[in-house]
Order: sequence, then structure tokens, then C-alpha cells
Amino acid sequence: MSIEQIIFYVFATILVVCATLVVTLRNPVFCALALVLAFFTSAGIWIFLEAEFLALTLILVYVGAVMVLFLFVVMMLDINLTVLREGFTRYLPLGLVVSIVLIAELVMVVGPGQLGLESMPVPIPHPEGYSNTKEIGSVLYTEFLYPFEIAAVILVVAIVAAISLTLRRRSNTKVFMKPEEQVVVRRKDRVRLVKMSSESNND
Amino acid sequence: MMQTSFQMPDLTPAIPEIFLLTMTCIILLIVPYLSDKNRVLTYLLSLGSLAATAALTVAVHTSETVYTFSGSFVSDTMGDVLKVFVYLVTAVVFIYSRKYLLDRNIFKGEFYVLGLFAVLGMMVMISAHSLLTMYLGLELLSLSLYALVAFQRDSKDATEAAMKYFVLGALASGMLLYGMSLLYGVTGTLDIGGVQTVAAGLEDSKKLVMGLGLVFVIVGMAFKLGAVPFHMWIPDVYHGAPTAVTLFIGTAPKIAAFAMVMRLLVEGLGDMHDQWQDILIIMAVLSMAIGNVIAIAQTNIKRMLAYSTISHVGFLLLGILAGTQAGYSSSMFYVIVYALMSMGGFGMIILMSRAGFEADKISDFKGLNERSPWFAFMMLIIMLSMAGVPPTVGFYAKLAVLQSVIGVGLTWLAIVAVVFSVIGMFYYLRVIKYMYFDKADDTTPIESPTDMKLVMSANGLGILFLGIAPGSLLAMCAAAFS
Repeated sequence: MSIEQIIFYVFATILVVCATLVVTLRNPVFCALALVLAFFTSAGIWIFLEAEFLALTLILVYVGAVMVLFLFVVMMLDINLTVLREGFTRYLPLGLVVSIVLIAELVMVVGPGQLGLESMPVPIPHPEGYSNTKEIGSVLYTEFLYPFEIAAVILVVAIVAAISLTLRRRSNTKVFMKPEEQVVVRRKDRVRLVKMSSESNND
Repeated sequence: MMQTSFQMPDLTPAIPEIFLLTMTCIILLIVPYLSDKNRVLTYLLSLGSLAATAALTVAVHTSETVYTFSGSFVSDTMGDVLKVFVYLVTAVVFIYSRKYLLDRNIFKGEFYVLGLFAVLGMMVMISAHSLLTMYLGLELLSLSLYALVAFQRDSKDATEAAMKYFVLGALASGMLLYGMSLLYGVTGTLDIGGVQTVAAGLEDSKKLVMGLGLVFVIVGMAFKLGAVPFHMWIPDVYHGAPTAVTLFIGTAPKIAAFAMVMRLLVEGLGDMHDQWQDILIIMAVLSMAIGNVIAIAQTNIKRMLAYSTISHVGFLLLGILAGTQAGYSSSMFYVIVYALMSMGGFGMIILMSRAGFEADKISDFKGLNERSPWFAFMMLIIMLSMAGVPPTVGFYAKLAVLQSVIGVGLTWLAIVAVVFSVIGMFYYLRVIKYMYFDKADDTTPIESPTDMKLVMSANGLGILFLGIAPGSLLAMCAAAFS
């Protein structure tokens, strides 16, 4: 076994274990941390595929930004896991059977028999000085201009959707009190003089 | 470093897409500055943009197939015809839903912006000639639809429907993406035409992987179409979403989903027709059976129409699985006709609804003939057309797909389809019975804006007219596959 294979198997094992932990751990904070490690190890595998730029982006974007945000959400929401996990043991046997059958079938079809080195061309390592980033840069705005633009539109839709679903103007909370309205307020807007007949103490 | 010989793409075929995107962004910028009183401007601008996009699509149309953007965009007759119908259906959806949105206080600019983004997504799907653009177009459409379903934020049903739609839709996208990644892994190309060329010369062991990829792609597409056994989301989402959004989901996206099936299965994996034909036969038979039988048990008309959608998807698949030019054009005819009928059906629910009242029970249609004979007649035409009774256009749509199935020797399938469509006749006729033979429980006069009444009448009469003279639309669909 060569050193590359050993490193690959170490990374792959950590990745699979972490992915399993993400769905099985009880504490959601630990789940998020396991996911961080999963991203990290998959970035390592990507470097093996000579996709250095994407691997670094994965760490920067997912580990650096997305997961930190995710941790904040998890800590703020205080999700009640006992309710969420109610059906877990009940569906576990069926889920296990289905997933084992699925994995077995997938290994048979996409295993080394079909996609191994015997049937696929051996990948040739890139020459020294080959820049992954430069390659992506040279096709991103040319060959892949159209998909790139659509991806940008999808992000706009995500922003529009998120804002239209979450922005609420609550009129009954102090947070949305407008200072300029408070400044221009006059006495007659707030105070009302009510004339009442004086009460007699006779009865 | 490798020097790529890159040529500036020809933007002419994509002018409608570029124009619509520009207009949507302009509308998005205008929306925040409009007061509630001028909100109607968004609506008019959206309709105007759709009309102008339609004009541009017709203007740039050429009879030959044009590829651009390094082969990831294709413009052909099928695409252009489908696009024009997507604009038409969306414009009518906007007209129908205006009063509904006003009554429920959700007449906001975002509805139109998201709707137009969804149209853009459908256009991208219809014109996609690469696995990547197909997926991105689908996501653009789906994300807009998820947000639209949840649009009525105070409604618990709508939020639940949006959640179900989102989770199942994400799962389906994942399946589709996995299938696409397998196809890419074996063929080494994202180009749909390239997949076809490479797949023809593959050895058997690779064909096995292609087969697995095919299965995942079909699962993803079946989810989006709503074919059994991937139909579970349809009744809940149609029921829970605001009727205006149900009207949208149930019409235009079906046209785009048809285009997706055509591009991926027929243009990309046409060589594997033997394999996907069997899968589609099973899905078609199950869809027609479950859709038509369960629809009988429904009391909510939105759910009933949801199950009717499932059965129509079964019919739609019949033409595609035949694998002939006649079959494809009959399916295209079917999907366009279905969009028009479904538009009328959900439109009637909106027409009958008013502020604080949803006419979503079948019993709400009781005695419609006394309240408004004209609209009872429109609903009669729509229901007969969905059931496939001559002289409405639904009859020709069913006839065309059945002919194409018999044409390839699958007579038993045609018989099964006819049997289920006779079973399905029951629940369409029940609506007609309620309208004409039962006493009205509720005698509030039907009030709706004149434009909606006019378009609704045009919709119903159009179905009748196309049934009497289906020649032009049939010819248009046949021309797309010659």
C-alpha cells in the first residue's frame, strides 16, 4: 500500500465516521462540530484530486462561514431533541435494512468493477507549476458563463425569498418605534382631557 | 497553461431570458418604493414584461436548432412553443390571482418577482442543453416555488405545505444530482448531446453505471412531475398552499417538467429507450390507477384536482414512453392542454372564493348553475375536458397519446389507460352533478373583477374551441418534432 492510499483511507474513514456522528449524536453542537470535521477531511480528499482551489474554498466558505453561522443558530434555538427522536428506534430496523440494501447495490454497480483503474483511464498527474485557480478562472467567465449567471440569479432568489418570508413589521413592539415620530409628537396626540361630572358622596 | 480558444457566445437566442431577467431586477428595485395604493403597478409591469418576452421569443425564433453559450443553451421549435405557453399560463395566473391576493392581504410585489424568477427558471430548463444548466434551472424554479408556497405567512397549512415541499424537493434534487454525477462520471461530459454520443459507444460494464444514473435521474424527474410512487407531496402542497400559488404550481411548471424529461431522457439518453420505457410504463400505470381512484374519495376540490394531476401525469408519460416522434408531439400537446385545463379548474376555485372564504370544498360548487349559469357552463367545459369527453380538447389530448401508444404495439397499455380514465370520469361528473342538480347552500353572488371574468370565459371557450378545431395546436406540436 502506497503512502497516498494510506492517507486516502485515513481521510475516508474519518469522513464516514464523522458523517455518521452528525446524524447520531445527541448534542446538536457536537453534530455541528462533527460536520466541520467532515468538511475538513473531504477538503483533504479534494486536495488529493488536485482540486486545491476548491478544497480551500470548501474550508473557507463552509467551515469558516456557514458552520459558524450554523453553530449560532443551534445554540440560539434550543431544539428539543427528545421530541425529534421519538420515532428513531421505531424506524431504526427498517431504516437499517433499506440503507444496507442500498449500499450493497451501489457498491455492486459503482464499485471497482465498473469504475476501477482497469476500466477507467489512469489519471495523469498535472505538471509542476500547474495552477488550479488559473484553470477555473479561465473557464468560469467563458465556457461556464451561462451556468455562472444562473447561479447568481439563484442567490438573488434566495435573498428575496428569505427577506419576504422573515421580514415582519411588528407595530406592537418597541424595537420598531420610529424616533422621528416620537420627536414630532404633540400633546394632543397622546393626552386626552375627559370631562366627567363630579361624583356625589350621598349614596 | 492551456490556452482555450474561446469565442464570444451568440446572445441572440437568449435575448428573451436576458430581457426577462433585466425586467425582473427592475421590478425588484421598484417594489420597495411603491405604496400599497400603487401596488397594482407591479402587477401591470409583470404582465407587460411577460408580453414583451413572448414577443421577443417569437421574434428571435428560427426554424433550425441553435446552440450557444458553449453548447449549454439550445433554442429550437419545441422550446420556443413551450416557452410561449409558459408566458401565457403565467400571465393568466397573475390575472386570476390578483383579487385573491388582495382579499387576503398578500398582494405584495414579492409574489410577482418570485413568479417571474420561476418563469426564468422554467425558460432555463426548457432551453437547457447541459446537465449543469438543467439542474440550475430546476433549482431556480424550485426555490421560487418553495418561497411562494410559504408566502401566506400567517397560514399554518401553507407553512406546513412549504416545509413538506422543500424537504421532498431537496431530496429529489439530490437524487437527480447523484444520477447526473454518475452519467458525468461514465461519459465525461456535461453536454446533453455529448452524453448521447459517448453513451452509444460504451462497453457493457459502463452501461450498468449509466443504468443506475438513469434510474436516479428518472426518480428526480418523477418527483418533480408528481408521478406515482413519488407523488406524496402533491395533494398536501396543493391543499396547503394559497390557491393562487396552487394555480401556479399546477400549471406552468408541468410544461417545464415535460421539457426536462424530453431533454434528459430523449435527447440525452435516447439510446437507453428500452430501459427507461419499462420504468415509465410502471409509473404511468400506477399514476393513472392511484390518481383516479383516490381522487374519488376526496371532498376537498384542491386535493381532488391534485390527484387528477397525478392521473394526467400518467397519461403524459404514455406519449413519451412510446418513443416515437408522434408520441413526443402528442405528449407535448397533452401537457399544453393540461396546463390550460388546470388553469381553468383552479381559476374557478379563486373565482368562487372571497375574502375570508375559500371555495375549496367540492360541495361549495353546489347549485352554481342558479348563482351563475355562465360560470357553471365554464366549469362544465373544464371538467368534461379533464375527463376527456368530446367535443372538448381534453378528448383529443387523450386520443393522441393513446394512438401513439397503440402505434408501438402497446395496446394493453391503451386499454388500461381508457379503463382508468372511465373510472376517473366519476369525480369530474360529480362536480357537474353538484353544479346543476343540487340546491345551493350559499347564495352569495359571485363577485370578481371584469378582467378575471373575461379571461375565465376566454379560458373555458378556448378549451371548447381547441376541441372543435385542434388542428393548429396539433400542427404546432408536430412541427416541433420533425
